[in-house]
Parts: sequence; structure tokens; C-alpha cells
Amino acid sequence: MKLIFERSREGRGTAYLPACDVPEKLPACPLREKAPRLAEVPETEVDRHYSELASQTHGVNKGFYPLGSCTMKYNPAINEYAASLPGFTDIHPLQDEDTVKGAAELAERLEKYLAEITGMDAVTLQPAAGAHGEFTGLLLIKAYHRSCGNTQRRKIIVPDSAHGTNPASAAMAGFEVVSIASDEHGCVDLDALRAAVGEDTAGLMLTNPNTVGLFDPNILEITSIVHEAGGLCYYDGANLNAVMGIVRPGDMGFDVVHVNLHKTFSTPHGGGGPGSGPVGCRQFLARFLPHTGSAESIGDVRSFMGNFLVAVKAFTYILSIGAEGVPLAASNAVLNANYMRVKLADIYPMAYDTVCMHEFVMSLEKLHHEYGVSALDVAKAMLDHGIHPPTMYFPLIVHEALMVEPTETETKETLDEAVEILRGIYDAAVSDPASMHEMPLNTSVRRLDEVGAARNPVVRYQF
Amino acid sequence: MNFPNDLKYTKTHEWVKFEDEKTAYVGISDYAQDALGDLVFVNLPEEGDEVVSGEAFADVESVKAVSDVNSPVTGTVAEVNEELADEPQKMNEEPYAAWFVKVTGISGCDELMDAAAYEEYVKTCE
Repeated sequence: MKLIFERSREGRGTAYLPACDVPEKLPACPLREKAPRLAEVPETEVDRHYSELASQTHGVNKGFYPLGSCTMKYNPAINEYAASLPGFTDIHPLQDEDTVKGAAELAERLEKYLAEITGMDAVTLQPAAGAHGEFTGLLLIKAYHRSCGNTQRRKIIVPDSAHGTNPASAAMAGFEVVSIASDEHGCVDLDALRAAVGEDTAGLMLTNPNTVGLFDPNILEITSIVHEAGGLCYYDGANLNAVMGIVRPGDMGFDVVHVNLHKTFSTPHGGGGPGSGPVGCRQFLARFLPHTGSAESIGDVRSFMGNFLVAVKAFTYILSIGAEGVPLAASNAVLNANYMRVKLADIYPMAYDTVCMHEFVMSLEKLHHEYGVSALDVAKAMLDHGIHPPTMYFPLIVHEALMVEPTETETKETLDEAVEILRGIYDAAVSDPASMHEMPLNTSVRRLDEVGAARNPVVRYQF
Repeated sequence: MNFPNDLKYTKTHEWVKFEDEKTAYVGISDYAQDALGDLVFVNLPEEGDEVVSGEAFADVESVKAVSDVNSPVTGTVAEVNEELADEPQKMNEEPYAAWFVKVTGISGCDELMDAAAYEEYVKTCE
């Protein structure tokens, strides 16, 4: 498609305003020397530009989007309706509290619901995304140890299957990161954990179900090993969708939790964002939360209530599906993942061949070894069929990984169709491996030069 | 795949070339660059940094993943090959010319393999 700058012609802008007849009184120094170079196009062209961009974009509203670990569930239209109500959009965080009681009540009730779902006692809505929530939660852990005088507790333990954000957040919060190996089932190796904990342990960060889509059967023992060593347990809510309303992180023994509203609670994820990563904690940590006014608070991590309109959407979602709907969504997510897993397992070997939770990981190592067709090739081929590829090459402990998370909002027909497409791609890979390196054929751009883009990035349109 | 005889190798696929007992150059092996794929970034230490055998002293990034590079020796970084930062493809093109750091004052090292032993070891990695 043409760039908007390529559609631009000098003097063809859409300016309905008369020339300004107020004399300019600004001093010269803050004024630009010349006007910014903006595209000059009539409204029809602007409209077509954005419509064409939209048509080239893949979203859950356009097709299947089984991006593992990202929970790309459908974002109900009613969420958008609620978030566009003037009582939520036309208010200011600094206006008199008496005039925004509805918004304040919504925030308070959402905090309560999230506390109930996670089994925590107090919640902050401030963090703007998942990793921001991790950072906030780790600051709570740090503040707690400091308040006990345990400044030697400087180490955060993460399993080697963890999301990359876990060690990154721990490092950002000033901790040292200790990585421990997973056992042969992809779960926490208890012996490795026992060997890793000690006087210097600040805490453990864990996702459960974990990044290979399995619920760790030793979860109670894991959290108690960490607690006995004097550490705290952090629950990364990335995979909460598999268990919400069924089992609570608090009951698993966790002390701090973040949830991703843009995953689990049906608010837009990715380019549509923004995200929101509320953090919940147990009562003994509540005095450290941001925005509490407590002298021991870690301080604000973002302005006011965070991305408030995202909270409105999540609140709407929880009210729409209700207390019965929350666990039903979780069990349907698990059912959909297992349905696809079983329908694919005979040709796409599963990294862990057992009942999974909301997602499963296939290892294409054999296909790669025997036919030279990689997980990347299969992912690219899926694009030709209008499916957003699964997560590739993650978790790092599985070679040639494709990680599929269908979510609960897909029909059986969509899942069947995706299975047929994946089986067809496998047949093509075996009968004509060379052709697989050419995929995709039908997309607006074919294979991008990722190496060239990383080595010589051109990040701005060159006039 | 090429494993020059005048180098020693680690199980984590770094090579080390000793100038004398106390001085050595360190880089990543042909196997490492091949397994990582096209490298696009390297994070190097600074002159004067201490490196410890078996511990990460640099990291490399390909379009697939980021990986630590472990030091085969314990000592002090005397020189850094800044050229790699501008031209990370050198690590793919000539892995044995693309040294990361020159380490001096070497006081210890990992268990190192000679070329023949490393070649055997690499076979077990595939």
C-alpha cells in the first residue's frame, strides 16, 4: 500500500479553519523555524489510508489468533460501550472526589473482585502492564524485607522456563537473579529449588500453569520451601486464564500477584492496548502498596489510577460473565487447548505429552531434523491461511517450539479448521520441504529481512 | 564445521587462544555461531573488568534469542574488540577471528577441551 506521505500533495490539506487574525505575541525562541512536515491529503485519502491499514491488520476480530502465553481472547463490544460512557471519559483525576464517585466505586469494586479471584487482600490498579506489575510486586517484596531489617535477602529465584520479563523485572528492582532448571515434566525441580533457597533468598517468581501449559502438581510444596527459607512467593498472572475462579494463587501460597487485564480480563492486547497489570498482595504487604498514603508505601508507580478505562473494560467483563462465567471461561480455555492438542499430537509431537491447561507446546525438532522445515517455516505458512501464528521458539527449554493457546472464545468449527490447516501444512512440509521456505505467498509483505532490520534499523520514514 | 587445533574449547562453546600462560583471547565457536543463527548484537564488557571462569561476561543476540557468553578463564579484561559492536556479522563470518576480549593476569580456567575432544563433544550436542 501507499504511505500517507506518498499520497500527499502540497496544498491539498484538509483545513477548514480561517487564517488566524490574532497577532502572534510569542517570543521567537520556542517557535519552530519551519512548519513540521506533515502529509497534506484530503479527508477521503485519510479515510482510505486508515481503512487500508485496518484491512492489513490481523486481530481477534479478523481471524484465529492462538498466540501462546498471550491469551488473545475476544474483546466483547460491550466493554467498549462501557468505556466510552461520558461519566468515565469526561472526568479528570484531579477533580473533586464528590463529583466522580461512580468512577471511584468502579475502581474499588474491581479491586475487590480481583482480590477475590486471586485470593489476595489488597490490590493496586496503577501498574500499566504485566512487566510493570512484576516490578511493582518486587518492590513490595523488597520493602518488606527491608522493613524486617533483612537487607541480605537480595536474590530472586526464577525457573528456566520463566517469561523473560521475570528476570528482567527482578534485575530492574535491584535483585540478583538465580535461575533454576526445570524437571523432565517442565515443572519446578524441587531439589534444585531446595538447593537454591537460603538466607539470601528474597523470593521466587512463578507462573502456574507454567510456560509449557502445565499446572505444577507440587505448587504447595514449592511455596512452602520458599516460605520456610524466609522468602516470599510472586505469582506471575500471565496464565491465570486457565484457573480463574477455580483455584486461587493465594491458596497456592503466593504472597504477591499481578494480573494482566489485557489477557485474562478481555481488554485489548498488543497494538490496541494499552495494557493494565494490577497487583494484589496479602494483608502484611498492603502498607507498602502505591497510592496508600502510608509512610512505608513504595510510592506511585504510575499517575493516579493507572489506565483507568482499561479497568472499566475489565470490570464490565467480570460483571457480564459473572461468578459462574469466570470459572466456565477458564475450563473452556482448557478444553479448547486439549481438543486441539489431541487432534494434532499424532503428527506434531508435544513437548510434554500429557493433559495440558490453556495452552500446549509442540516441538518441531523432528520435522526440522528430517525435512529441514523449522517452526518458523510452519508459522509463516499459517499466515497464508489467515491465522496468526502461535508463539515461536518459546519457552527456550523446548527446541523448535510452537506454543498454541486457542482461548475459550473460539468455536469448535474454528478449532477444527485450524487443525486441518496445520495438518495440511505438515503434509506440504513432508512432500515439498523446499517450498516451505518460500511461505508466506499471499500476504502483503513476504518474509522480512529480520537480520537486516536488526543490524541496520531504519526507524523513520526517509523524506 | 571448523575447529582449529591451536585453540581450546569449553562445553558452553567458547574458544580460548592462549598467547602465554597469563594471556588469552576469547570468542565463540563455529558451532555456537551456527546454532545461534545470524547475530545482530553483542554486549561486551569494559576494559579493566574482572571475568571469572564459567561465568557470563558478555551476551550475544540473534533474531531468535539472547545468550550469555561465559568466560573460559579468570582474569582481567585488557582489550575489547569494539569492532564486533558495529559489525556483529563478523562472529558468523569468521568466528575464530572475531575475538571478544583479551584477558590478562589469568589465574585459573575451566576444564578445557582440545579441538579433537571438542569435535567429539559437539557431535553429542546435536
